[in-house]
This record gives sequence, C-alpha cells and structure tokens, in this order.
Amino acid sequence: MKKLEIIIRPSKLMAVKKALETLGIHGMSISEIRGYGRQRGHKEVYRGATLESQFVPKVQISSLVHDEAVQKVVDATLEAARTGELGDGKIFVLPVENVIRIRTGESGNDAL
Amino acid sequence: MSAVSAVDTAFIIVCSMLVMLMTPALALFYGGLVRSRNVLSTTMHSFSLLGVVSILWATLGFTLAFGPDIGGVTGDFSALFLRGIGADPLPFAGSIPGILFAAFQCMFAVLTVALVSGSYAERIHFPAMLLFSALWLIFVYCPMAHWVWGKGWLGELGALDFAGGAVVHMSSGAGALAAAHALGPRLDLGGGGGGHIVPHNLPMTLLGGGLLWFGWFGFNSGSALSAGVLAAHALFTTHLAAAAGILGWILVEWKYTGKPTTLGVASGALAGLVAITPGAGFVEVLPAVLIGFVGGIVCYGAVLLKSRLGYDDALDVVGIHGAGGTWGALATGVFAAAAVNGVDGLAYGNPGQMWIQLLSVAATWIFCYSVSRILLYLVDRIVGLRAAPESELTGLDISEHNERAYQI
Repeated sequence: MKKLEIIIRPSKLMAVKKALETLGIHGMSISEIRGYGRQRGHKEVYRGATLESQFVPKVQISSLVHDEAVQKVVDATLEAARTGELGDGKIFVLPVENVIRIRTGESGNDAL
Repeated sequence: MSAVSAVDTAFIIVCSMLVMLMTPALALFYGGLVRSRNVLSTTMHSFSLLGVVSILWATLGFTLAFGPDIGGVTGDFSALFLRGIGADPLPFAGSIPGILFAAFQCMFAVLTVALVSGSYAERIHFPAMLLFSALWLIFVYCPMAHWVWGKGWLGELGALDFAGGAVVHMSSGAGALAAAHALGPRLDLGGGGGGHIVPHNLPMTLLGGGLLWFGWFGFNSGSALSAGVLAAHALFTTHLAAAAGILGWILVEWKYTGKPTTLGVASGALAGLVAITPGAGFVEVLPAVLIGFVGGIVCYGAVLLKSRLGYDDALDVVGIHGAGGTWGALATGVFAAAAVNGVDGLAYGNPGQMWIQLLSVAATWIFCYSVSRILLYLVDRIVGLRAAPESELTGLDISEHNERAYQI
C-alpha cells in the first residue's frame, strides 16, 4: 500500500479528481497549501506598490492506493494535471506501514 | 432666533445617522487592509472612538468648538455638558434645534479622530491610542472646527471649507503623518518596504468603501445644514467626484502597473470624496468632476510618496486624506462659483480667494502636525506609544485584546 501526495495547480483539482475516480479511487483528502519550487512566487500590486508573493497557492491531494494501482494513478495524474509550464507540481509516493479504520478497528488492506 | 423647520430637522437627523455609519464603515475599510492578526485591533480603534469621542464631545468638545468665540481662537466653556443647548437654533444653523447641530457635529468629530488610526495601525499600544485620541480631539480637532466653522479666525477670514477639507481631512492627514513619524515603521514589513503589506481581506475593504461613499452623502449634503437646493447640489457634486476619482485612480494604475485593481477602485472613490469635501457646496458640477478625477491621480501619487520619504503611514491616511484634502481646498479656491454659494474663486475672477485657501492649508498642516507631535511625545512618556515588539509580531488582536478574528 502506498500513500500518494499529489501537489497540483488549484485549477487542475477537478480534472485530477475525475481521472482518479475513473480508476476506482474513491477516497481522498485535499488541502489548500502554499509553497514554491522552481516556479518561485508571483507579483501582486496594492495601491501602486508591487509586492513579491513568496508562496503560490497549490492544492495537495492525499490518497492511499494499492501497490499494483500506483503506476496507473501516477499516469492518470500526469495526464490530467500537466500544462507543461513551470509550476505543474509534484507527486510523492510514500510507503504506508498500516491503516486502521476507526469505526470498525479493521486494519491493512481491509481498511482501505 | 429663527424658527425651527421640521423638514430641515428631519433631513439633518438622517444625515447625522449617515455620518455615524461612516465610522463603522471606516473600521471595515481599514480592517480589510491590515494583516489578519490585526483586524480586530484595527476595528477596535474606530469602535472604541465612537465611545470615547462621543462622550468627550458632549461634555467638553462641543463648547470648545462651537461655544461663544474667544479671540477667534476657541469657544468658551459656557456649553460644558451641552448646557443651554436644546430646542433653540444656534447661529451656525438657523433652522434646526441646537441639540441636533451638536449631534451632527459629534459624528464628524468621531470620524475625524478615527481616520487618524489608519496611520498607527498594527503597532500602537491600545491605552496610548485612547489617550492620544482624547487629547487630539480637544487640542487639534476642536480648535480646527472652531477656527473654520465656529466663528474662529479662518472662517472669518473667508476660508472656504464646506464639509471638512481642512477640519476633517487635512487635520487627520497631518495627525497621521505625525503619528507615523513618532511611532516609526512596523517591525516586519518584509521585502516590499515603504509600509506596503498584502491586505488580508479586500472584499471587507470594498464593503467599507461602499458604505463610506453612502455615508458621505450625509456628510456633504448635510453640511448645507438645511434641506434645500444647496444640499441637493452637494449630493450630486459628491457623487460625481467619487465616480471621477475611480476613473482617475485606475487609469494611472492601469498605465503604470499594467492592471486595474479593486483596491484602486475603492481608493480612487475615497480620494474623489475627500477632494470634493471642501468644495461640494461651492463649485459647479463640471468642476466637481475635474476635482474628483485629479483627486484620484494626486492621491495615487501621494500614496507612493511614503516609500520615497520613508514613513510608515500604514493605511495611507496622509496619501488620501492629507493630499486629497489639500488638493480639494486649493481647487475650491479656484473653482468656487458665486452662482452656487455666493463666493467666486480664481477661475471666476477672484484671485484673492486662492490666497486665503493657501493660508488655510498652511495653517492647518503646521498647527495640526506640530500639536500632534507634542501630544504623541507626551503620550509616549505617560503610557508608551508602541506595543512591545513580541506583541506586535504576535498580532495586536491577541496581545492587546485576547481575541482572534478567524477561528480554525
């Protein structure tokens, strides 16, 4: 079992969600985050004064995926979230030691 | 003693309520412009002044501003606690009860003192804010109101100030400049420098700006002090100047920064409103449009000056009220027309009016700035002007008031 942390442009959230649902991924948590990588920040102007915003808004999707499905999910995300410009985001694939469903106490793959 | 008019009385009651609304509107306008950790403290400045200034005005301020004149400089103490102010009209407004005139002027006093708070926002210690504001009302606002409107020397000289270009806007602008100088800049202004930060809630600021515009109708047309042609005239000059201020501001920012902004629209409207305040009941409609339009441009430039001159006037009270009020006072000297309210300006062959306006501008800035500096010095000695550095960095909402605006 793997945890995917997918950081994308906020405008691509719906496209990625739809792509993952098509693959049978039926649970995810999302957070609105801010950060920068190679894209750096952007310019904002208030009352004529230009301010460099250090951090750009992004959306982070976290989802648990069976090992054999990881590659399909990654491919679908690349397809849905890519624009080719700086700032498209990143996908992190992390090992997961265990998952426990709070309601029933089930663990491992049963809890997914 | 002339007779009270029911129509005029009803009109000025409504105008008083409109002007009262401007102070909460200002709280919204200012509150949106600061960072989220200071929105409540900034709002608190305006709301607490509704309390402090209103009570001080009724007890002491009114008689200093509008009591019988002593030497052109101040009112006497005969109307302490509004003694003798009631049903009979006062010489300033012959068709409304004296008590209503006192109430109408009370709203102006509250707003003017609250305007200054945009300068010291995000770093002043709350007790210092209260003490400075109370002293400022008595030693800056009341003399100014007396000099211009209370049969004092500036008014007797013929200085034109219909609704408060000098009394409200230049005075608060000069007080704001003094406060910015006395307090010094905020600690963590980041890379932008010059006192520029990212506003935390522009929709709030825009709502406040809209309500200020609405309240300004009471401010300017109410300053006719009767429900006649002059009030109607001031209503429309006010509206058109605000409209033209929007256009002036966003045109220059579009040209210089590439895009028009919502904060530009709100600031431009405010700049136009400030600029027309001294002339709303003296100039014709077309000059009012020009005054508002140029006001938007002048204030845009003046706001940028703070980076060059290095003072941290947090929310641009100097740039908008100081600069806009000054431009408006001078423009009134140019465009005043006898056809509107009995006095001609430079453009109608009366260059003398221009000199009087210049004198009133200089006197207002010098008097208000220097007395404000003295008061700020005293307050600093008594309670300390600034919040402690760690309180400022935590945010004044928590450190001065034990509250947070946004939970979770």
